[in-house]
Amino acid sequence: MAASNPQPGAAVHFQDAGVRIGGRFVWRHVDLEVRQGSFVAILGPNGAGKSTLVRAALGLTELAEGTVTVFGRRVRRGNDDIGYLPQRRNFDADLRIRGVDLVRLGLDGARWGFPLPFADRLSGGAKAARVDEVIRLVGAQGYAERSIGELSGGEQQRLLIAQALVSGARMLFLDEPLDSLDLNNQQAISALIQSICQERQVTVLLVAHDVNPILPYLDTVVYVAQGQVVSGKPEDVIKTETLTRLYGAPVEVLQTSDGRLVVVGQHEPVSYHGHEAP
Amino acid sequence: MAQQGLSWDLLADLQLLLQFHFMQNALLVGTLVAILAGAIGYFVVLRGQSFATHMLSQVGFPGAAAGVLVHTSPVLGLIVFCVAGALGIGWTGRSVDAGRRGESAAVGSILAFSLALGLLFFRLYAGSAQGIYGFLFGTILGITDSDVLLTAATTVVGLAVIAVIGRPLLFASVDPDAAEARGVRVRAISIAFLILVALSVAETVQVIGTLLIFALLVTPAAAAQRLTARPGLGLALTIALSVLFMWSGLAIAYFSLYPVGFFVTSLAFATYLAIRLFRAASRDHHRPAMETAT
Repeated sequence: MAASNPQPGAAVHFQDAGVRIGGRFVWRHVDLEVRQGSFVAILGPNGAGKSTLVRAALGLTELAEGTVTVFGRRVRRGNDDIGYLPQRRNFDADLRIRGVDLVRLGLDGARWGFPLPFADRLSGGAKAARVDEVIRLVGAQGYAERSIGELSGGEQQRLLIAQALVSGARMLFLDEPLDSLDLNNQQAISALIQSICQERQVTVLLVAHDVNPILPYLDTVVYVAQGQVVSGKPEDVIKTETLTRLYGAPVEVLQTSDGRLVVVGQHEPVSYHGHEAP
Repeated sequence: MAQQGLSWDLLADLQLLLQFHFMQNALLVGTLVAILAGAIGYFVVLRGQSFATHMLSQVGFPGAAAGVLVHTSPVLGLIVFCVAGALGIGWTGRSVDAGRRGESAAVGSILAFSLALGLLFFRLYAGSAQGIYGFLFGTILGITDSDVLLTAATTVVGLAVIAVIGRPLLFASVDPDAAEARGVRVRAISIAFLILVALSVAETVQVIGTLLIFALLVTPAAAAQRLTARPGLGLALTIALSVLFMWSGLAIAYFSLYPVGFFVTSLAFATYLAIRLFRAASRDHHRPAMETAT
């Protein structure tokens, strides 16, 4: 799977794209090119259209103007190349289905038929092996047999990433996977995503509220704010003037003694988790 | 209703149970109903759609009455009204979908109105209180041969549809957003499932009545899902429990003077309660260490 393409083409390509919801443009004139195998964060204030950007690339939200292609082709639903982790709260504690079943649904859940327990053994267990492999990859083998509602937020996220990967996806769209996780888990999941990104040449677009926990792992940042989209390398975009202009509010970018960037003051209080319109 | 009493001879009891045609019909219909209700109920509980199920069962009541009024089969009236109700819920979009936003005042008002309508239809028929009682709480008397055929047909169709849409339905039930992105037509599946619930409700009402419908469409699945989180096993267990409750309920009702709905409901509830208590107790005994950060 180690694709050593020297000049990888664009994984996602928006050209002069715009989305209108309820008669009003969420954003327009968007030109954005995401390189294959890169780890990209989509950032910006609440309601700016971060999720909409992801949904447009998935074909779940239609463009009002312009075009978007994924791996050079027009977007469509049910694309095996793409794994999607929707924005969500946690699973209901009463939802009685195992983690491994949830991952398995990412492989064949869209196909007609009925999940018979013995059917897979007859077909040589290839699907089960694939499910096993991604569960190991995300380090969830210790709890995949347990009911999903009983698991912690971090454990659920790992299984959901496995679900998104299991169809052999070359690209992951992750909508706020770090929301509602504690700091340790935020960093652990970010590191996991980066390693998947590098080892498997998977392109990752991750929507986030807070850039700080993921900043060390990122290749590119995309800011969605005030109806427009700005992208670039983190050190080029994450600057006090740029962010203050994008957010329309004072934002300060600090540099720590070991050279890391820290963004301060762009957000509402830390505990706030807004829900954007899809 | 039994002519002779119970004995310790099981075979003789069984012969006693099956000596009348109405009882054979009741057992046949009861089994068919329990199988479909179990299969549908598994998904009802997984989706948290108990309330929508309740609503459909109440909408079915005036349907049954209308069926009697126009001299066709009450079962046919039930099916027509329940399916119409399902389409109505589907029409209003996601409002009752997966039961998360559903319990609105509008739905409550419709429920009250449908009960009132049913009452009116029965009065228009100059019908007996017995008829109304039968549809509210169920009856095993007077199940005709054509009812048996209709029920068999509905069960076969219902199970066939489940066999075809089972996997996407499971996906859409536990993870609708991801399912949609993977190409599952979540909305269409939701409506198809509601129609299945409607068919199953229409069947189940015959035996157990409008007001006790949860005993077959919700309780066995709730009990089974306490015991296992495996989808295939959970479904099989739900159907097994549902059939077991039905058979036991019918048998006890036959040898006693009391209605079948009471026994089926009580058996289901007692089982559910026992499982919950057992699970709670065993969890207290060896509670796994609480994981926090991984």
